[in-house]
Amino acid sequence: MDRRELLRAIAAWTGSAFVGADRLLAAELPAAAAGRPQQVVLFDEIAETILPRTDTPGAKDAQVGAYVARYSAACYTPANLAILHAGLVELDARAHQAHGTGFLRCSGPQKQALLAAVDAEAKRHAQASGADHGPPPHWFTLCKQLVLFGFFTSEAGETQVARYRPVPGPYKGVVPYRGETFWAW
Amino acid sequence: METQYDAIVIGSGISGGWAAKELCEQGLKTLVLERGRDVQHIKDYPTMALRRWDFDLRGDNPRAWNEANPLISRAAGYDATTKHFFVEDADHPYVQEKPFLWVRGYQVGGKSLIWGRASARWSPMDFEAPARLGYGIPWPIGYDDVAPWYAHVEKFIGVCGSREGIATMPDGEYLPPYELNAVEQHLRSVLREKFDRHYVSGRWAHVTEAQEIHRQQGRATCRNRNLCMRGCPFGGYFSSNASTLPWARKTGNLTVRPFSVAHSIIYDEATQQASGVKVIDANTHEELVFSAKVIFVNASALNSTLILLNSTSKRFPHGLGNDHDVLGRYVGFHNYRAGMSGEIDGFEDSYYEVYKPAESIIPNFRNVGRQDTDFLGGYVIFSGASRRLMDDRDMHGEAVGANYKQAVSRPGKWTAYMYMQGETLPKASNHVRLSPDRRDRWGVPQLVVSVGYDDNDDRMVRDFLAEGRRMLETAGFTHVNATDNHQPPGLDIHEMGGARMGADPKTSMLNAHNQLHLCRNVYVTDGACMTSTGSQSPSILYMALTARAANHAAAQLRRHGRIA
Repeated sequence: MDRRELLRAIAAWTGSAFVGADRLLAAELPAAAAGRPQQVVLFDEIAETILPRTDTPGAKDAQVGAYVARYSAACYTPANLAILHAGLVELDARAHQAHGTGFLRCSGPQKQALLAAVDAEAKRHAQASGADHGPPPHWFTLCKQLVLFGFFTSEAGETQVARYRPVPGPYKGVVPYRGETFWAW
Repeated sequence: METQYDAIVIGSGISGGWAAKELCEQGLKTLVLERGRDVQHIKDYPTMALRRWDFDLRGDNPRAWNEANPLISRAAGYDATTKHFFVEDADHPYVQEKPFLWVRGYQVGGKSLIWGRASARWSPMDFEAPARLGYGIPWPIGYDDVAPWYAHVEKFIGVCGSREGIATMPDGEYLPPYELNAVEQHLRSVLREKFDRHYVSGRWAHVTEAQEIHRQQGRATCRNRNLCMRGCPFGGYFSSNASTLPWARKTGNLTVRPFSVAHSIIYDEATQQASGVKVIDANTHEELVFSAKVIFVNASALNSTLILLNSTSKRFPHGLGNDHDVLGRYVGFHNYRAGMSGEIDGFEDSYYEVYKPAESIIPNFRNVGRQDTDFLGGYVIFSGASRRLMDDRDMHGEAVGANYKQAVSRPGKWTAYMYMQGETLPKASNHVRLSPDRRDRWGVPQLVVSVGYDDNDDRMVRDFLAEGRRMLETAGFTHVNATDNHQPPGLDIHEMGGARMGADPKTSMLNAHNQLHLCRNVYVTDGACMTSTGSQSPSILYMALTARAANHAAAQLRRHGRIA
């Protein structure tokens, strides 16, 4: 699978075209927005809730939080970066409202419930705005895209979750499928 | 360094490499001029062995980089893993009179490192159609003239493909084809049974089973890493760097001079032939002259045209061989504006292993031999099927957590895509010319590009959008999403013409052997020579025409000591 295919797949995952370096705006990135460690911790926690360690590595094992912070700082427009950061603040506020504590201190099931609710909102937002145009993306759409992309392009995600063949050899057009994970890209 | 050679080749890309190989094998001392840096096979492929996670942004470029390179960052295959084989926008300005995104790769090997590798043959009809159907001058050659040279090239570079016996896409000398996967096989049978059309495994420049001739080049069977454009450590796909240039070097007759910007070809009024090439050293800006008995112009379609336009003399004040204002005109390209994809239920017990670096080809089925649509010319469709990743829609509400992770790491439904590669019509108004006042940093006039779409292109796009959808839906695909992206020409990287071939010197620049009608020791054998664009990918035709022309030149030199 090449990158173009991967981005198409991620668009299908999240109902919204992958937001990244391809979307250009002229404004400059504010220096202060570059990845703050606090954000990395929060991104890591969100990512691990989406893709937890099971019998295979999870998002934290793959350092997805650092990737999300790094990628968004380098590739996002200031507007989308602001949406993403505002989302983190909003998530913490919701956690306080529902559970009296920040997202980081919520229990596993609480984190899952919070993110499932945000995910449903994000999907409604994406559906209402169409795949590629219209109003700005929902912060969780951005976040989930980066988590999925970051995880499945990490060493742990590619080699221990997906199936990785750096030098495949002969190509076979038809092989039986019995429930294995997909080929890494 | 030596300044006197038997032959000079301007450009080291896909056709320049072939000129060098053939001329050197014929015993001619050959100088290859390349404007960019040297790129040695394997040694100069810096990203060839990197894994995706070795890249900070996993292959993307930072936003600031793309903003500084809005043109080249749109090129097919351009990302952080390949960008060193493309120019940067600011280094090589030109004037877009109409939107035209000119994709360039300035290094030894040129764009042969980053080409798409589709290598089907033209059919006899492709050569005959423009004159027969009234949208161009006749080609001075036909399929039979080129067929032996196609075979010559195919055997050397390695092209995979199946033998199909299709009149619109003749078979060549092919290595074993890539298998079609389950859904591609389904499309193949539906197209055959319901449409009488062909769905053929890609004829691609990959060594799917290395032969002795490939081993002699130091190349091995393609391992299907599918990272081609970074440069291949196995030489699994064809590039000048892996194949023709090292082959030419082994003869002892090859000199390659990187950082050599060809300024113009020097015309000798006494001999009425070209005597050499004026070069600007890209680093020192020093002006140099190299002389030769024969000159091959292989700088890429628009740059070859630029060099000829800039080669002015008392005899040729409007560019070498240009007594009639044909030079720079009839520039065509391939129309890649439209594509579509859809998904299909079933086939879920089937997968593939692992990556296929080729696509399937649906050869042209429009206006074959006679006019049967409301547009002129034909189009080829490229296609492929794969299992997409699981979609959140498939997951019954699981949005996060262990079950979600389990589900999203499995292959999902099958999808297939199609996109068009359409013929465009040769027109005098689609042209390039020299800017009267703007120059690049080497003092060469910038190129003004005035090339665009017309109504015929729009009608062809509409036909493809309808036919593609009809084929996919007949095969059982749903959610077919078809778009005309209106991308500017240039991104196809198939610009052609500017110095077209023709039998009549009054309406063309080059004769049947790719020699300038009016200056016979100058051969132009890259995309600039194209009389029409056809609908098949052009690179292998450039290679075949180059090999044919180089052997013609060598025979002339043997017989007469000069090009007659």
